Amino acid sequence: MIDELRLLPSYLTAHLQLVLFAILIGSALSIPLGILLSRRARLEQPVLFVANTIQTIPALALLALMVPLLAALHLPSIGYLPAFIALVLYSILPILRNTVSGLNGVDAGVVDAARAVGMTPREQLVRVRLPLALPVIVAGIRTAMAWTVGMATLSTPVGGLGLGNYIFSGLQTRNFKAVFVGCIAAAVLALILDALLGLLSRGMHYRRRGLIVGAGIGFLVLYVYAAGSLAAEMLPKTQGPLVIGAKSFTEQYVLSEIVAQRMRDVGGRTVEIRQSLGSTVAFDALRSGQIDAYVDYSGTLWATILKRKGTAPHRRQVVTEVGRFLREQYGICLIATLGFQNAYALAMRRDFAKKLGVDSISQLVPYAERLSIGADYEFLERPEWRSIVEKYGLRFATQRSMDPSLMYQAVKQGSVDVISAFTTDGRILQSDLVLLSDDRGAIPPYDAIVLAGPRLMQEEPKSVYALESLDGRIDDEVMRQMNLMVDEEHQNPTDVARSFLRRLVR
Amino acid sequence: MIEVQELTKNYGPLTVVNRLSFHVARGELLVLVGGSGSGKTTTLRLINRLVEPTSGCVLIENDDASRFKPHELRRRIGYVSQDVGLFPHMTIAENIEVTPSLLGWSSARRTERTAELLDLVELPSSITRRYPSELSGGQAQRVGVARALAAKPRFMLLDEPFGALDPLTRDRLQQSFVDIKRQLDLTAVFVTHDMTEALMLGDRIAVLCEGRLLQIGTPQDLLDSPKDDYIERLLDTPRRQARQLERLLARGAS
Repeated sequence: MIDELRLLPSYLTAHLQLVLFAILIGSALSIPLGILLSRRARLEQPVLFVANTIQTIPALALLALMVPLLAALHLPSIGYLPAFIALVLYSILPILRNTVSGLNGVDAGVVDAARAVGMTPREQLVRVRLPLALPVIVAGIRTAMAWTVGMATLSTPVGGLGLGNYIFSGLQTRNFKAVFVGCIAAAVLALILDALLGLLSRGMHYRRRGLIVGAGIGFLVLYVYAAGSLAAEMLPKTQGPLVIGAKSFTEQYVLSEIVAQRMRDVGGRTVEIRQSLGSTVAFDALRSGQIDAYVDYSGTLWATILKRKGTAPHRRQVVTEVGRFLREQYGICLIATLGFQNAYALAMRRDFAKKLGVDSISQLVPYAERLSIGADYEFLERPEWRSIVEKYGLRFATQRSMDPSLMYQAVKQGSVDVISAFTTDGRILQSDLVLLSDDRGAIPPYDAIVLAGPRLMQEEPKSVYALESLDGRIDDEVMRQMNLMVDEEHQNPTDVARSFLRRLVR
Repeated sequence: MIEVQELTKNYGPLTVVNRLSFHVARGELLVLVGGSGSGKTTTLRLINRLVEPTSGCVLIENDDASRFKPHELRRRIGYVSQDVGLFPHMTIAENIEVTPSLLGWSSARRTERTAELLDLVELPSSITRRYPSELSGGQAQRVGVARALAAKPRFMLLDEPFGALDPLTRDRLQQSFVDIKRQLDLTAVFVTHDMTEALMLGDRIAVLCEGRLLQIGTPQDLLDSPKDDYIERLLDTPRRQARQLERLLARGAS
């Protein structure tokens, strides 16, 4: 638990920055827009329709959409910005709707009196309508605040730091203490912010200046803290930290730690890890220089970046071609081939496979239409799966996508019959699964390769050298063991990486 | 002086005020009386441009009201309505001082004025820090009158100001209003549907029906020579009430 709590200040600060500034900007957009709409009744329906539509986009999808959108605009497409923009968009509807209904709900007799005493339309708004609508507007901000605190936990996959990092990495590594800490912290944060707004609205209702001032000071402190910490992060540093990316599964957490620690050992620069990135988000981030290095797999790039189809050539050749392509197209360097493969493979329970007499994909085909497959979110959309379907004519009765950490449990319990597994996953042994051989070569080889961006190559030759020395040092067995340590023994990826490097040096 | 010339207001096909002309002399109280839908409230609101006329015009001291900015015009004309419309988020003092503050009076001058006005409408000065929701109907209406008078207007428009009050409070307020009006030499237009109130308060009375002016004159003129049956019927109630009261009073005396 102490390991988890160590991360709390930085996660909580980042979460607070996201939520507070999203609400601030959301209010700054919605309240004036609401005022405009209350004057122009004809605009009200269309604008509220647009705001409603944004709200119906699932939160995770809205966040994910920001990445390619910002990338197309040549803006930083991972990290704070996409999460921030998505949260702002999400906060608009409740504040806007309440501003409009609050202003329209002001007693007509009072508005009439405001005109009769000689107020201009602007004075009517500032002196009468807005103050009377304020409790309703604050109620809208409360709703928006509660939503954004929750939604900000979803910003992890787009590289935004926050309490979501506990939840995503905790789910992957089955560290439920981390998930717990993340959830509790988010709930407490939401309650505190809501209580402050509640204080404000009680103060307004009972005209208790003390409550209003108290809530005001509370928010002021939070905003000053959030703004200060944000400014400190954005301050141009003499040398910014190097950033290592990691996709959203255990092996990636361990490998990113190995890469980061290796670099820290040789260089003076700070090295940060940006965890739980989506698969193509990581590559885009490296391409645009938002991260400096990460570990990817030759077959993934072969299919998704080089867009090659058909039977893949031999392991070595895939690595060579991928390396050449990345260098020529993007100036990205392949600096080490770690030695193990983390291939996609189809896996099923050993006893079940024996009963059917199946040990290759070809042999599975006649049974498949009575069986079900469970796969991670990506697999069924990936070219590898299409290639399997084409080459074998494989067709399952049902296909289900689920979180990778739940797949193994699902196949063990028999709720699915076949899963898409990673060959290095320790849980294959643990769950007593067998991998079906790819006898027609539909799945390309998946050598783990360390990729580095141009900045690292130019500025940190020592780090590059240190990473090159990892070449060939991690075989399938070693990787599987490290994964098992995290997934089943609940060791910390940082510690697992540290003990690996210690062995390596010796 | 307020003068209304050929004033007309249409809402679509509906004519609410129909070519209305009258004038109110300086220091005079004109009562507009008529049933609901007679156009009396609309007429009142046309004078301070809460409603804009379809045609015709209003002259305030011989100046065409449409030449002023509406809010500037309204700051010169006190307005009291039946539902008072005090601002619920402001204290009594803030309510009374609203027009002076719009006009940019200093806070010392406003405070002094508020004290004067509370005296005038017979409210205790301790009331200033309270909120409208804490007042009785009669107190609220007195504050409403004070607010209308705050910026020392020479004109007052009153839309059934005492309609929602109990008879005792109503009588007291009517009396105070007549006193105030005399003291300040106000030119006022007063709307009511109650003929008794019209006869008691008005220097002159204008009877409206379906947006038209039926008759205008002093209470005596109306009682002596009502122009038609409708006015006769309107006068019937106060006459009958007066006769009954007289009889009761006579019996009490004997």
